[in-house]
Amino acid sequence: MKRFWAWGALIVGLLYFILPLIGMTNFSLKMRRGVYSFDAYAVVLGDPRFQQTFTYSVTLALLTIIVGVVLVVPTAYWVRLKLPWLRPYIEFITLLPLVIPAIVIVFGYIRLYNTSSWLPLTATSLGTDALLVFGYTTLALPYMYRAVDTGLRTIDVTTLTEAAQSMGAGWFTIIGKVILPNVLLAVLSGAFLTFAIVIGEFTMAALLNRPAFGPYMQLLGANRAYEPAALAVIAFVITWGCLGLIQLVSRFQKSAQRPV
Amino acid sequence: MTTHVEIADTVRAERIRLPLHWLGVVPFTIFVLLFLILPTMKIAVGAFQTPEGGFTVTNLYNLFTPSILAAFDISIRISFASALLGCLIGFAMSAALVLGGLPQAIRGPLMTFSGVASNFAGVPLAFAFIATLGPAGFITLFLRDDFDINLRAMGFNLLSFWGLTITYLFFQIPLMILIITPALDGLKREWREAASILGATNAQYWRLVAFPILLPSILGTFALLFANSFGAVATAIALTGSSLSIVPILLYAQIRGDVLGNPNLGYALAFGMIVVTGLANAIYVWLRARSERWMK
Repeated sequence: MKRFWAWGALIVGLLYFILPLIGMTNFSLKMRRGVYSFDAYAVVLGDPRFQQTFTYSVTLALLTIIVGVVLVVPTAYWVRLKLPWLRPYIEFITLLPLVIPAIVIVFGYIRLYNTSSWLPLTATSLGTDALLVFGYTTLALPYMYRAVDTGLRTIDVTTLTEAAQSMGAGWFTIIGKVILPNVLLAVLSGAFLTFAIVIGEFTMAALLNRPAFGPYMQLLGANRAYEPAALAVIAFVITWGCLGLIQLVSRFQKSAQRPV
Repeated sequence: MTTHVEIADTVRAERIRLPLHWLGVVPFTIFVLLFLILPTMKIAVGAFQTPEGGFTVTNLYNLFTPSILAAFDISIRISFASALLGCLIGFAMSAALVLGGLPQAIRGPLMTFSGVASNFAGVPLAFAFIATLGPAGFITLFLRDDFDINLRAMGFNLLSFWGLTITYLFFQIPLMILIITPALDGLKREWREAASILGATNAQYWRLVAFPILLPSILGTFALLFANSFGAVATAIALTGSSLSIVPILLYAQIRGDVLGNPNLGYALAFGMIVVTGLANAIYVWLRARSERWMK
């Protein structure tokens, strides 16, 4: 009896999730009247604006990952090694982007870094791109910091540092050649999540007027019928890919930690 | 002798370098100040300023106009409904998984799927629901052609309170599953055994033991889900254009074109959002701390 209700709850729940996925896939294949075809995908993939915006967002995602790693790994390492009392405060700060809506943060950017301000980042397109990368780094901060900090917990930071120091390594060598390789799997899972967040992000890119993939999707959605469904399928596959890679990485992580 | 001197030197050097440890967190601090704290402060301070820079509460007072209050009202109701249903359905699915005696093999895939679905928000999610429940959507047409049920004639519209709530559930339910499953795992077998030895029925065990222990995590997750849908911009805009006046869409339009005419009213609107999500999360943090006492 209990199992009956359990299956019931699960199947009803899963139906809710599967129907929209079927809906969007079905719709994306119906561009040609009467038959299923990949026309919508062909149109989307052949659209030069798709290629431009997608490339732009991929580039931004990679830059965000680099900035995030350079910012988070040394900080989390240093806090664990030298300033453990600071950890709760840093953790609190890294969780703030979950509390403050992205639209509020980007509103602050627009008012703080406009052309007449002390740091006119939005005056040039390169400056705005940089601002967007920093904005995305902020949005990804909760995930990146948690991933790296969890990774650091599994290694003996103090011993590794002392061993490296006694062989004459400086701080850059320690972080780059000792700590980073040891938390690489954790960094990778943070990186894939960052990628999944950045690739379709809409609010920041649209309000900063950058030609990113999210605003392109929204624009297409307002003007076309079948192509948006194809885009939704593509976006879902990308999200699934990123999360799948995280699973794969964490499985490696577990087997690497198992005592030999 | 020389080694002693060297050691003494190093010790002295250590002592001199000690107060410089904080230098290691300077880049992080500067980054967070520039791209998180100061922009938010700018909004919060701006909400209390006149365009000339003087102090005022007029901006906040101006929020209390019928159209803005209506936007806050529908935003809060959508967030409340999607958080409540997200909690209930997510809890039911998670309980089925952990306590319902289902095969363990479905656990891994379900958790992975929850991770994917909770991140599948924004513009593509809106497209998926338009293709499903929109005017030409797959379920809409299916019900109309095969069962003669006309959703639109019955008053269902995706660009409405229920439309948005149903769509938001797609990322709310998985988030609940991701958070509550570990809590359900944490219910110790001994508690159930102790309860039944003392003569408790299954219902009594749930009402008097399990539920009070889980309640803080459930309420806490509720607060998190509430904030989560309250700040959602992209899904709402892709779904409704700007035809449904909820707070994030109002703020978006205000930033794009100053539709409210007064830039400082925009600050007040954004400040109102921070207050609502901040309160929801403060409740979350507080309840989380309470529930963790039992999860050791």
